[in-house]
Amino acid sequence: MLPELGQIALILALLLAVIQAVVPLVGAQLNREPLMRLARPAAYGQFAFLVFAYAILTEGFITQDFSIAYVAQNSNLALPMHYRFSAVWGAHEGSLLLWVLILSAWTVALAALSKALPLNFVARALGTLGVISIGFLSFTAFTSNPFERHVPALSDGNDLNPLLQDFGLIVHPPMLYMGYVGFAVAFAFAIAALLDGRVDKQWVRWSRPWTNVAWGFLTVGIGLGSWWAYYELGWGGWWFWDPVENASFMPWLVGAALIHSQAVTEKRGTFGAWTLLLAISAFSLSLLGTFLVRSGVLTSVHAFASDPARGSFILAFLVIVTGGALVLYAIRAPKLVGGPPVGLYSRESLLLANNILLTVACAMVLIGTLYPLVADALGWGKVSVGPPYFGLMFFVLMAPLVWLIPLGALTRWQGDSLASVWIWLRSAAALAAVVAALAWITQRELPLKAVLGIAAGAWIVFGTFVFLRRRWKTAAPGQRLTAEMLGMSLAHIGVGMFVIGVVVTESLNVERDVRMAPGDTVEVAGYQVRFVKAHHEEGPNFIADEGVFEISKSGVVLSEQHPQKRQYLRGQVMTEAAIDAGFFADFYIAMGEPLDGGKAWAVRLYYKPMIRWVWLGALLMMFGAFVAATERRLRQTVREEARLPANSAAVAS
Amino acid sequence: MLRALIPLAVFALIGLVLWSGIGKDPSILPSTLIGSPAPEFSAPDLRDPSRTHSKASLGGAPYLLNVFASWCPTCRVEHPILERYVRERGLRLVGLNWKDDAEAGLAWLKQFGDPYSDILYDPSGRIGIDFGVTAAPESFVIGADGTVLYKHIGALTVEDMETRVMPLLQGATP
Amino acid sequence: MKTFWFLFLLALAPALWAIEPLDFADRSEEVRFQKLLRELRCLQCQNQSLADSEANVAGGLRQEIHRQMQSGKSDDEIKAFLVARYGEFVLYNPPVKQSTWLLWFGPGAILLLGGLALVVHLKKRGQPATAAAASTDDW
Repeated sequence: MLPELGQIALILALLLAVIQAVVPLVGAQLNREPLMRLARPAAYGQFAFLVFAYAILTEGFITQDFSIAYVAQNSNLALPMHYRFSAVWGAHEGSLLLWVLILSAWTVALAALSKALPLNFVARALGTLGVISIGFLSFTAFTSNPFERHVPALSDGNDLNPLLQDFGLIVHPPMLYMGYVGFAVAFAFAIAALLDGRVDKQWVRWSRPWTNVAWGFLTVGIGLGSWWAYYELGWGGWWFWDPVENASFMPWLVGAALIHSQAVTEKRGTFGAWTLLLAISAFSLSLLGTFLVRSGVLTSVHAFASDPARGSFILAFLVIVTGGALVLYAIRAPKLVGGPPVGLYSRESLLLANNILLTVACAMVLIGTLYPLVADALGWGKVSVGPPYFGLMFFVLMAPLVWLIPLGALTRWQGDSLASVWIWLRSAAALAAVVAALAWITQRELPLKAVLGIAAGAWIVFGTFVFLRRRWKTAAPGQRLTAEMLGMSLAHIGVGMFVIGVVVTESLNVERDVRMAPGDTVEVAGYQVRFVKAHHEEGPNFIADEGVFEISKSGVVLSEQHPQKRQYLRGQVMTEAAIDAGFFADFYIAMGEPLDGGKAWAVRLYYKPMIRWVWLGALLMMFGAFVAATERRLRQTVREEARLPANSAAVAS
Repeated sequence: MLRALIPLAVFALIGLVLWSGIGKDPSILPSTLIGSPAPEFSAPDLRDPSRTHSKASLGGAPYLLNVFASWCPTCRVEHPILERYVRERGLRLVGLNWKDDAEAGLAWLKQFGDPYSDILYDPSGRIGIDFGVTAAPESFVIGADGTVLYKHIGALTVEDMETRVMPLLQGATP
Repeated sequence: MKTFWFLFLLALAPALWAIEPLDFADRSEEVRFQKLLRELRCLQCQNQSLADSEANVAGGLRQEIHRQMQSGKSDDEIKAFLVARYGEFVLYNPPVKQSTWLLWFGPGAILLLGGLALVVHLKKRGQPATAAAASTDDW
């Protein structure tokens, strides 16, 4: 009974989405207030039904109702309670339901927190979100119904893939969706602005916190996925340039450009066209990601579902939404007037360079990811593009950007001289050089690329401190450390940490596959790893061979590690690597097969220096974005700020 | 006005590329060997290790080289079809027991039937590498002169047999 | 659905068989081996390198590559050996030829175009009138 109610709730939500889309958009066009006012209630109603539907599906998992096909496919009687909650989004149908629920949640947030915005703008933004909801709700209700029954009901289900029975993988999809879907808000704002015919500072100012928060979530979502892959998959990798990973990375890159572009438009009134395009692109890339994951057109370890019918549906939706947005852009954008002239060296030009580099990086990832499709379509055979390509190209494109970061904050708007900015940054450059030299002296195996990378990361961090110090000295009290400036600084420091982490771990990591018998000691990167013994262990739904290892340095035992090779009840065999995590390095031990009839073991030992800096950097970026979103100024209307000039890059159409 | 259409044009291109990929299976790889002579090989027979097969010893008449293993579940799906074609249509079937343990392989044949006229035993997978085998089951149509005429990835269906394998074995041009 | 799960689990099950202690002459050979494996694709799995994959074919290929390395073959020779049997798809880095120009030079070309457009645009807009027009260091 309940699952059928869930289906009905989905349909009702869809109907409300139609109302939410059509009525306010028409109302805004015809300037009919009652029609526009319908947007908020429709959004709230849609949300209520979606919460209901989601709760029913969750209840199905909790009560283990195997008459629901989706529940039967993704859980079984032995599944612990806390994993029953996360199993809801463990596969295609349920994760789609989560997607639409989160979209509805963002919509409701916008509806509730937009009282200061003009009604026709809100109506258009909510209407746009309604259109998107229609697409995803139709997709869910008509092709991917999570409430389908399995008749007759099964007595027990499959299992939830053991890989998904894990904290990292529980949190990773919701965080990603919060990010992906959050970009829909920036998209909706852009559409509303285009429909309105105005690109002015006000709507950009309102959209900034939303975009920052979405990007922050996407950052942590990607970071979680990377961290999970590292500790769970057993081979120490943390990024594979897999098409599905790229699908999340592209909106991230464009989102980063968007954040900076919005800042410029909001303060200076320029870059209006860029901001619009980036807002449209960020969400379009989110949709593209959804397509890539669920259509089966690319080889990926990650692909959720390989269904051409579903792929066609998403593609059609993508064409309508993005195509429609870009047509609107083509019609309305030329009417935008550019801002005042800017010098060749100015904060604006630096941020333009930032935009270009990030956008080209995104284009590169897109080209590399889609290239197999292009080659196949043009009859060039099967082309394979993998991590070496992406790693090289990304490095080449990002290297210049990384060096520019400290310059941006210290360069004046409209025009400045590099020489005067350099005077401020000389000390940072010197410190960075010292750090790099120290690194090279203490670690002779560091290649030049890594030393430069360390210098660049240090340059960013010290340059940010230079900025903070200068701001503290020159800004008015109360304006010294605004949330926006603090957030920016945190995020940039995060970038610096990330860069250092990546270059060090990639150049200095050591991987050894060795045969070890109990009592053996192996030397890795100056540490001694001793295999003490192996014994059997039992868990709730598995049996395991567990190894006990001691890691020492210079005779001092630093830690004891217990990697396991588990065999689950259902037959899957999995490695639980033991990780000795440290701020400056990780030690990673994984058990392989027994050798020589059980007298010895194949063991993989990893030494990964500075790997935690990769995720800490990402965390800092996320915090920076969230902190910046709390900036009070962004909640004020432009009129309230006496200082800024009254002109805007607007032309009434 | 025209400049503002560039994003739309770029998107249209991307859309076309995506659309072209729908429905295609990106994991299917064409074989590099089609039309070329099969690689040289030498392997003992699974059932009688004293007998050795080579490309020359098997040549003279076309045959279907079928890669199978006891650990391969999909092989069981195509096995009855192969048996039927051997029994009813006189299919010349040579097996390649790939990356398998001899005992396990023989037990598998005992359980599911043995339609093979000869079976190459390749525990290390070296012969498989030379043939470009990526998984089991895979099958190769080898002509009388030792040329690889066709490679099939995955289980063979009746349709595959009728439309591709049997015609080639009977001398149709590939 | 079942095929999907089979492939999914096969592809994502952690590297169990991939842990193979092999003998190397010295550390640099081991590093060279690991680096080479990362440039080659496992053809059975959906997008994993030979280093990471635990598929059957990957294990055999790793041993073969190791054997060839020990007998003195160069990286290029080993790659050529694999390409002859598996096609260019086995390489993660596609060779630079006409059909891959767009891939290798496309991003660079876009960057150049973008950079040029930026400089032209800034020059065309003209420089700001006076230094006074430039605002203070204001965020």
